[in-house]
Amino acid sequence: MSVRPKIAVIVFPGSNDDRDAAWALGALGADAKPVWHAEPTLPRDTGAVVLPGGFSYGDYLRCGAIARSASIMSAVRRFAAHGGPVLGICNGFQILCEAGLLPGVLRRNRDLEFVCRDVAVRVERADTPLTRRCETDQILTIPVKNGEGSWYADEELYTELEQSGQLVLRYAEDCNGSVGDVAGVCDEVGNVLGLMPHPEHAMDPLLGSGDGALLLASLVDAAHGRVLSGTTR
Amino acid sequence: MIDLGEGEAVCFKVESHNHPSAVEPFQGAATGVGGILRDIIAMGARPVALLDGLRFADGDPRFDRAVGGIGAYGNSVGVATVGGEAVFDDAYADNVLVNAMCVGLLPADRIATAGASGPGNLVVLFGATTGRDGIGGASVLASAELGEDDADKRPTVQIGDPFTGKKLIEVSVELVESGLVESLQDCGAAGLASSLSEMAREAGIDLDLDRVPLREEGMEPWEVMISESQERMVAVVRPQMLAAVEALCDRWELHHAVIGTVTDTGLLRASWVREAVGEIPARFLTDECPRYRIEPRPPQPSTREPSSSLLLGLDAPALEQALLELLGSPNIRSRAPIYRRYDHLVGSRTVRRPGLDAAVLRLRPGYRGLAVSLDGQGRMTRLDPRTGGALAVLEAARNVACAGGEPIGLTDCLNFGNPEKPEIAWELAEAIEGMALACEALGVPIVSGNVSLYNETDGRAIHPTPVVGCVGLVADVRAIPSTWCEGDLILLADASPVSLAGSEYQARYGEVGGRLPRLELGAEASLVEFLWRAAPSCSLVHDVSDGGLAVCLAEAAIFSGIGANVEVPEDARAWFGEGGGQAVVACAPEQVDRLGGIPLRELGVVGGGRLLGIPVSELAEAHS
Ligand SMILES: [Mg+2]
Repeated sequence: MSVRPKIAVIVFPGSNDDRDAAWALGALGADAKPVWHAEPTLPRDTGAVVLPGGFSYGDYLRCGAIARSASIMSAVRRFAAHGGPVLGICNGFQILCEAGLLPGVLRRNRDLEFVCRDVAVRVERADTPLTRRCETDQILTIPVKNGEGSWYADEELYTELEQSGQLVLRYAEDCNGSVGDVAGVCDEVGNVLGLMPHPEHAMDPLLGSGDGALLLASLVDAAHGRVLSGTTR
Repeated sequence: MIDLGEGEAVCFKVESHNHPSAVEPFQGAATGVGGILRDIIAMGARPVALLDGLRFADGDPRFDRAVGGIGAYGNSVGVATVGGEAVFDDAYADNVLVNAMCVGLLPADRIATAGASGPGNLVVLFGATTGRDGIGGASVLASAELGEDDADKRPTVQIGDPFTGKKLIEVSVELVESGLVESLQDCGAAGLASSLSEMAREAGIDLDLDRVPLREEGMEPWEVMISESQERMVAVVRPQMLAAVEALCDRWELHHAVIGTVTDTGLLRASWVREAVGEIPARFLTDECPRYRIEPRPPQPSTREPSSSLLLGLDAPALEQALLELLGSPNIRSRAPIYRRYDHLVGSRTVRRPGLDAAVLRLRPGYRGLAVSLDGQGRMTRLDPRTGGALAVLEAARNVACAGGEPIGLTDCLNFGNPEKPEIAWELAEAIEGMALACEALGVPIVSGNVSLYNETDGRAIHPTPVVGCVGLVADVRAIPSTWCEGDLILLADASPVSLAGSEYQARYGEVGGRLPRLELGAEASLVEFLWRAAPSCSLVHDVSDGGLAVCLAEAAIFSGIGANVEVPEDARAWFGEGGGQAVVACAPEQVDRLGGIPLRELGVVGGGRLLGIPVSELAEAHS
């Protein structure tokens, strides 16, 4: 790639995996830009947005409930509405659900404890900005680390999401009590995505797995596509 | 702080938070983590790893609360918890031990000092507001024995706020990176009184206590001075930098206030609305503080030697059955249920995760790494404090070496009873001597540390428990040992004799007692060096620790998911003896010649689904 597509990594007070996400995206050829939550706009020529993991505002209220009203979130909404790829990882996923940009909610894990370990994740759809480098039914090894990662939707919503193909990733093993073992979802259009596992921690077999790089490289591709097609303004 | 070469440096320290954790385990452990983090950021470093040494009686519900508190703080601030130990022994039934270690990285050319300098410079307090919480925490809790009226002490336990702690880390690191501050100091035990006396020792500080941002009304000046409210730091700032410092604090929404100025009087002076409320030469609070003499005296030798059958564990079941029972025992079973509650991956440096001996953190972007371990000795130190002190140092060093790290520095936390009692003073002096001898043999310095004394309740003291953290430099994280493979040779390296005295086996099946064999410190140091030098050529390296050689081999087989044909003499000492340094190394047969260094004994070959006659699946189930 001749152009390094710009990817905004939003930093909230309490974000923890923002540096890891930026490092991972940079290693995959993106120009990762940390963007402070209080900014009113995204950087010019932003090709994708990442909301990283962590404990925004300490998660003292419901996870993501304060961050969703941060100043930068209006800009993220506009970017998403114009088809820009937006990815929420862990706390970022929780924020996108709280913001109404993604369906469902994240509840406390079934056994009520924080859990940090590798899990097997199955790719349900390989045609999203997060999964284009994967194959359908491919199994990825990616770590989770959360206390409130159990995704929930009521039966009606779940059926609707399943039919519309919005359930992008599922755990291939028992993980945390998520409805339908859902690990990641997208919005109706497919450009806003969230997942609980941390692809930025699975960038290299040295760290235990390199499978997360497939997901983030797909996102870098998507950002690159927007830059080339001139849709970033 | 230790220079790692290539422009990088590491600093690390272990600290106790025992008494608060005994009274309120969740907050006690959480604020223990917060406190050690601020020690490291005060050095101008970014914290990258935490380790925790926990000692409780088996079945004490406070253990789970302490683990919860450590996770609540460490996970939230985004620093990986990568190791530590969980030890269960009735000696800690009343006085639990919660020791927390933090490792930080910084550029080698950055040295943030704790001292104030330059009269006219400003003293800035930033972070949380100050309240009455934790007033007298250090004096009430840390310096007295616990007794029946513990409940009265609950209000003296500090409350942690990891969100503010996280902001404090980011602001402190940025202040130092941008060169905005002359020095930083954390507010720990005894609050401003302690941190400012440290800062004032070479210059002097005039303090306006009424400018401290408070969270409750009607506080007295002395309360402001010694409040142990958490998540606060003090910086010395040149006046022309103040606006930038304030802007950074505002950006992160942290309280801040100029609370004083640096002078050249050598005095720590406090005023309240321009009225003097206190004055003392700062050196009286630091270098020239009052000291008391302790008078060490060895205890009377026990009149009743334990019978030999109890010492040797003759009432124990068959070796195979004992191995399964030991694998499932509280001190040996898998620690995964504990470390899975901690984020051990944040920072994307953890190339070897918790589980065996030591975790390894990669020093990105290169391929060097740091191996880190935290190890203590209680029961052995009770039997022989000098040997116990040495064992704590040697085990920490050996664990780091098993992960391929050359030990470069140590930190220690001395958890003891009331040192005003001559026998306890003797234990303390002996343990320190043992640690010093081991450090000399290894040629590795202790660079920081902490003591926790008066760990007694109603006159009953804990085991004397030195806890030692070790950091080792790994030359190439792509060549660290992991699992043994089919066909590998299994060899035993050893340094000193092992015995059942003080072992897990003895504690389970007999009565703890007997004499610890003499450590050959020269051979112990050679073993450590052999291990980190051999590690890159080995598929697996694991030292013999709690449970002896049989448990060590079983852990290796479980970790690797494959058994081995090994021959170990059929006696309890060979299977379960502890004390002297031993390690199991496995490597491909063609690598054996490259190991060299010290004599090795061949134990067997990797392969099959069994170990010592037991299916690996059965061992794994017992261990889980
Ligand atoms: Mg070990």
